[in-house]
Amino acid sequence: MWSFILRRILLMVPTLFVVSIISFAIIEAPPGDFMDSYVNALLQEQEAVDPAEIASLRKRYGLDAPTYVRYFRWLGNIMQGNLGRSLEWNQPVSKLIADRLPWSLAISVASFFLAYAIAIPIGLYSATRQYSLGDYFFTLIGFIGLATPNFLLALLILWYYFVATGNVAVGLFSDEYLIAPWSFAKFIDLLKHLWLPALVVGTAGTAGLIRVMRANLLDELERPYVMVARSKGLSEGKLLVKYPFRIAMNPVASTIGWTLPTLVNGELLASLVLGLPTIAPLFVGALLSQDMFLAGSVVMILSGLTLVGTLLSDIVLAWLDPRIRGAI
Amino acid sequence: MTQSPLLLSVDNLATHFFSQEGILEAVDGVSFDIHAGEALGIAGESGCGKSVTAQSILRIVPSNGKIVMGEISLFQNGESIDLVQLDDRGQEIRQIRGGEIAMVFQEPMAAFSMVYTIGNQITEVIRLHQDCSQSEARDRAIEMLRRVGMPQPEQTIDAYPFALSGGMRQRAMIAMALSCHPALLIADEPTTAVDVTIQAQVLELMKDLQRDMGMALIVITHDLAVISELCDRVMIMYLGKDVESAPADVIFRDPKHPYTVGLLRSVPELGEGHSQELDPITGSVPSPYRRPTGCPFHPRCPEFIPDVCDVHLPPQIELAGGHRVRCHLYVQD
Repeated sequence: MWSFILRRILLMVPTLFVVSIISFAIIEAPPGDFMDSYVNALLQEQEAVDPAEIASLRKRYGLDAPTYVRYFRWLGNIMQGNLGRSLEWNQPVSKLIADRLPWSLAISVASFFLAYAIAIPIGLYSATRQYSLGDYFFTLIGFIGLATPNFLLALLILWYYFVATGNVAVGLFSDEYLIAPWSFAKFIDLLKHLWLPALVVGTAGTAGLIRVMRANLLDELERPYVMVARSKGLSEGKLLVKYPFRIAMNPVASTIGWTLPTLVNGELLASLVLGLPTIAPLFVGALLSQDMFLAGSVVMILSGLTLVGTLLSDIVLAWLDPRIRGAI
Repeated sequence: MTQSPLLLSVDNLATHFFSQEGILEAVDGVSFDIHAGEALGIAGESGCGKSVTAQSILRIVPSNGKIVMGEISLFQNGESIDLVQLDDRGQEIRQIRGGEIAMVFQEPMAAFSMVYTIGNQITEVIRLHQDCSQSEARDRAIEMLRRVGMPQPEQTIDAYPFALSGGMRQRAMIAMALSCHPALLIADEPTTAVDVTIQAQVLELMKDLQRDMGMALIVITHDLAVISELCDRVMIMYLGKDVESAPADVIFRDPKHPYTVGLLRSVPELGEGHSQELDPITGSVPSPYRRPTGCPFHPRCPEFIPDVCDVHLPPQIELAGGHRVRCHLYVQD
């Protein structure tokens, strides 16, 4: 098992390298660079543009070097832990990301656990009572959840919350805790605010997971080994959890890998609507202004999360199914 | 031969499946008795209801199936329990499953869960039915594996089923079924999924174990050779009905029902002087959703009597020597 995990971690190194090339290529793909959008912005505000100053800025940030030179310079800096400086914010990228990444992760992790905590029991229920009233009910709710766009759900919940309580459920903290130092009360305050974005971000995933869980379990319940377990005198509940459920979890566990980055994607609209200080709005801004160090770093971090997610799902899979442990 | 006590009595059992295509009468009026230590063979073509009969006894019929008629009486310590009346998820039937009545399934590859070691799956049933610690259960499992001829049982017990060969898996399956010393073992096509060379070994093993442990055995098969090897009595099924039953030597020597006659003729015989041509039964098994009226075999029967066989279901006729047949060619003495 340990050698399996070690092999998986070693394989992440070349993958990250390839990811860095692709990230850089994507950021470079739109024509022009930050200076072009900077000039545009200045022109729009009717300010004078000094071509000499722009050229010297370009030189200072190394924007005039050939693409491959800039790539290796960027990669070399990243390997030393230096993510560069955001041109737009005029701050170190690492600081900008460090301020926001924890909130993104908090929302992602919360909605991840929320999704699994809701989807797995419902999937289990729906499969063992196929075509029952409860099954139809959850299927209906599930499809509504799948079909509702996140931002719409966010708006609806905001509105209902306002009507019901008179408060606006925006941000991650109440005003009095916004700049207060960390305390238990502040943590509780965070939890009070976190459920809303977690719910909004997690709904679509939850609905999908219910369908996957239900379909897998229905398949497994028909297998001969279930009848064998029954013939041994096991009770229905124990049997369900020990045999078919463990196998049915297999595809669910495989999806952990891409759940992490999709959650970051998913939080974008919710964050814009709910006014949350997370990565996604920062990332959109960076792409719009061609703030390449910031955008590149975010892409790299999201890719890193994908790899970590894949590693986690591989470990869970290997734990669930011994046949996987021998494979690379 | 002195008759040993009655162990299980199945009386007029019918198990039907309900689906969108209609009602499938998988088992439709089957009766048989089995005495302690006796070996009964149930034979017939695929789809004749053999396996569903076995599943009905253990009450593990798939959820769209239902026992609609009949009794299954299990005799224990002088008392009888009607298994049909038990709650199929209840405590009582669960103690009988795996404890009193155990089952060996057709495909050992699919019958074991691939994600637990065979030791885990065998000790599970031991701990369910016997009051013992985990390590005692493990010792008993190793002992049972040794008894079924598993090589190096101390190591094999920790093997996953996918790491074993087909023959070893079937041995492990038998060890699992026997680990709680059941009074009755039901073997559903125990040799169908294993190599021909292994088949003989598995049959030999089951024969030895049945004799040593004194348990009753029901062997379900479409292979008459398996029955001649193992069984004292034979029941032939066709489309959910028990068309004939008799002691094994009688049925091979003197079959009465035209279906049994056809079944025996369609088996190739090896050796000198047996160059006869194969004589298959004409036609094929009708769809179970469209069961023929009267005797279910009449459309394929060479002895068909018009206006009798296609109208009336033949009653069970008791002939001499424990020979029973459902056919209009015979009349009750």
